Amino acid sequence: MSEEIIKNIMVGEHEDYLINMGPQHPSTHGVLRLEVSLNGEDVKKVTPHIGYIHRSIEKMCEKDTYKQIIHLTDRMDYLSAHMNNEAVSLLVENALQIEVPERVKYIRAILDELSRIASHHLWWSAFGMDLGALTTFFYGLRDREKILAIFEESFGSRLLHSFITPGGLMHDVHSNFRKDTLEFIKYFRKKLPEYKSLLTDNIIFHQRTKGVGIMDKKTSIAYGVTGPSGRGSGFSCDVRKIAPYGVYDQIEFNEILKNDGDVFSRYLVRMEEMEESMNILEQLIDKMPDGNEYTAKMKAIVKLPEGEYYQRVETARGELGVYVVSTGAKHPYRVRFRTPNFSNLFVLNTLAKGGKIADLVAISGSLDLVIPDIDR
Amino acid sequence: MDNKTDLVEVLSKLIPLGKVTMGNQYPEIIVDPDKLHETALALKNLKNTPFDFLIDVTAVDFVTHFLLVFHFESTNTHEVIVLKTQLEDHDSPFVDSVSDLWPTAEFQEREIFDLFGIRFNNHPDLRRLFMEDDYGYPLRKDFKDEINIIEYPN
Repeated sequence: MSEEIIKNIMVGEHEDYLINMGPQHPSTHGVLRLEVSLNGEDVKKVTPHIGYIHRSIEKMCEKDTYKQIIHLTDRMDYLSAHMNNEAVSLLVENALQIEVPERVKYIRAILDELSRIASHHLWWSAFGMDLGALTTFFYGLRDREKILAIFEESFGSRLLHSFITPGGLMHDVHSNFRKDTLEFIKYFRKKLPEYKSLLTDNIIFHQRTKGVGIMDKKTSIAYGVTGPSGRGSGFSCDVRKIAPYGVYDQIEFNEILKNDGDVFSRYLVRMEEMEESMNILEQLIDKMPDGNEYTAKMKAIVKLPEGEYYQRVETARGELGVYVVSTGAKHPYRVRFRTPNFSNLFVLNTLAKGGKIADLVAISGSLDLVIPDIDR
Repeated sequence: MDNKTDLVEVLSKLIPLGKVTMGNQYPEIIVDPDKLHETALALKNLKNTPFDFLIDVTAVDFVTHFLLVFHFESTNTHEVIVLKTQLEDHDSPFVDSVSDLWPTAEFQEREIFDLFGIRFNNHPDLRRLFMEDDYGYPLRKDFKDEINIIEYPN
C-alpha cells in the first residue's frame, strides 16, 4: 500500500460513502453512471463514468461516404436529429460551394425549430417527473405527439429522420406540412400558459430549483457549457446568432439570456425558447416560398476537395461542431463531432459539489443530457 | 473577410511563437508542441479578443505524425481561430496539457488519450474514457480490431 493511500485513510479520505447512480437510474435518462461520493447527505464529489453506449461513430464515418454519415448523426443526439443532419449537410455544401434552393433552407429551419420545441417538451416532461411532478410527463408528451405526427406524415419516422441530406432534403414534405405546422403553433400557444401554471409558478418547484446548482458565466465558458444551459448563466452562445447558417440571418429573434445561473434560470431559458421558437416558426412559414424544389443538383458520389472543414450548428442542447479532414476521396479521412452534451456533462461535479444528494437529480436534469450524444 | 485579415495581422504581431495564416474558414496558428501551452495562454489573455472559449480539441492521425487541433472562440467578438501543433513521434506522442487553462480540455484530452494514445503532461486525471485499459487506440489508422470480424468493403 502506497504511503499516499495510507495517509488518505488516516485523514478519512476513504471513509466517504460511495454510491453509484446509474447506469440504470431513471433520472439519468440513459446509461450514465455517476459515482457519487457522499458525506451524510452532502455531495463531496461526482465522477461521471461514460462509454456504456459508445458506438465508435467517428471511426465508422471514416469508412462511409458523406451521404451515409447523415444516418449515423441521427443516433447521436436523437432528439435533435434534424440539426445533426443539417450540420453535416451544411459542411458538405459549404465545402463544395453548392447553393441549395431557398425553399429548402426554410424547410430546414422549420424542422430545426419544430424539433427544438419537441426536444424541450420531452425535457420539460422528464424534468418535472425527476422532481416528483408526474403530471408534467403526460402533458408534455401529449403535446409533443402533435409535432411527431407532423414529422411522421412527411418522413414516415418519428425520431430518427435522416431527412436533411447534402444538397437539400431526401424528398419533398407532405402537402399538409405548412397547414399542420400553423395548426400546431395555434394549439401550443394556448397550452404554454398551462405549463406555466402547472410547474413554473409552483411554489414547491421553486423551492427545489431556485438557488440550486449555481453556475456563473465564467464557469460555463471555462467548461464550454453551451445551449440553454450556458445561456442560463448569461453566456451568449447561440450559434444561430453568432455564426448564422441557413436563413437565420433573415429572421428576427431574441437570444434568451438569464443571469442567475441556477436550475430555475436554465428552466426559464428553455421555457422561453419554446415561445421564441414559435415566433421564429411563424416568420418562417410566412416567408417560405411555394413550389416543389427540394434539392440542389448533386453528384451521386460526393467528394470534398482536400482540406479541413468545420461547421457549427445550434442543436436543442448547445453547439454541435463537425470537423472533417478530407484527402479528396469519397470517404472523409477523419470526422470529429464536438457534441454539446459531452461538455455539458463534465460541469456536473462543479455544480453538485457541496449540495445535497436530492439536488443532484435537479441539477443533472437541468443540464438536459442525452447520453448517446456524450458517448457517440 | 477584411475583419479576418485584420485578425491575422494582429495575431502575427502578438504571437511571435508560431506561424499565422488564413485557412479556408478561420485564421490558423501553427506552433511547435513545446510552445503550445505558452501560445494558448497568450491567446486566452489577448486584450481585445480574448480567446477564452475552447470549443473543441481533437487529433488527426496522419500515419507519420499526429496533428492536434484546437478551435477557440472569443466571447467578445465571436471570432474563431484554429491552433494546430504537429506531434512527430508517432509511437509515443506526448504534449503539454492545457487543462489548467480550460477545465473542459481535461475531458477532451482524456478522450484523445483514449482514442489516439497521445499523452498529456501535467494532466490531473489521465485515464481511459470509453475503452478498457488494455484496449488499443482505435482512431489510429493502424488499429486492427481483432474481435469484430466485419470488414467494410472499400
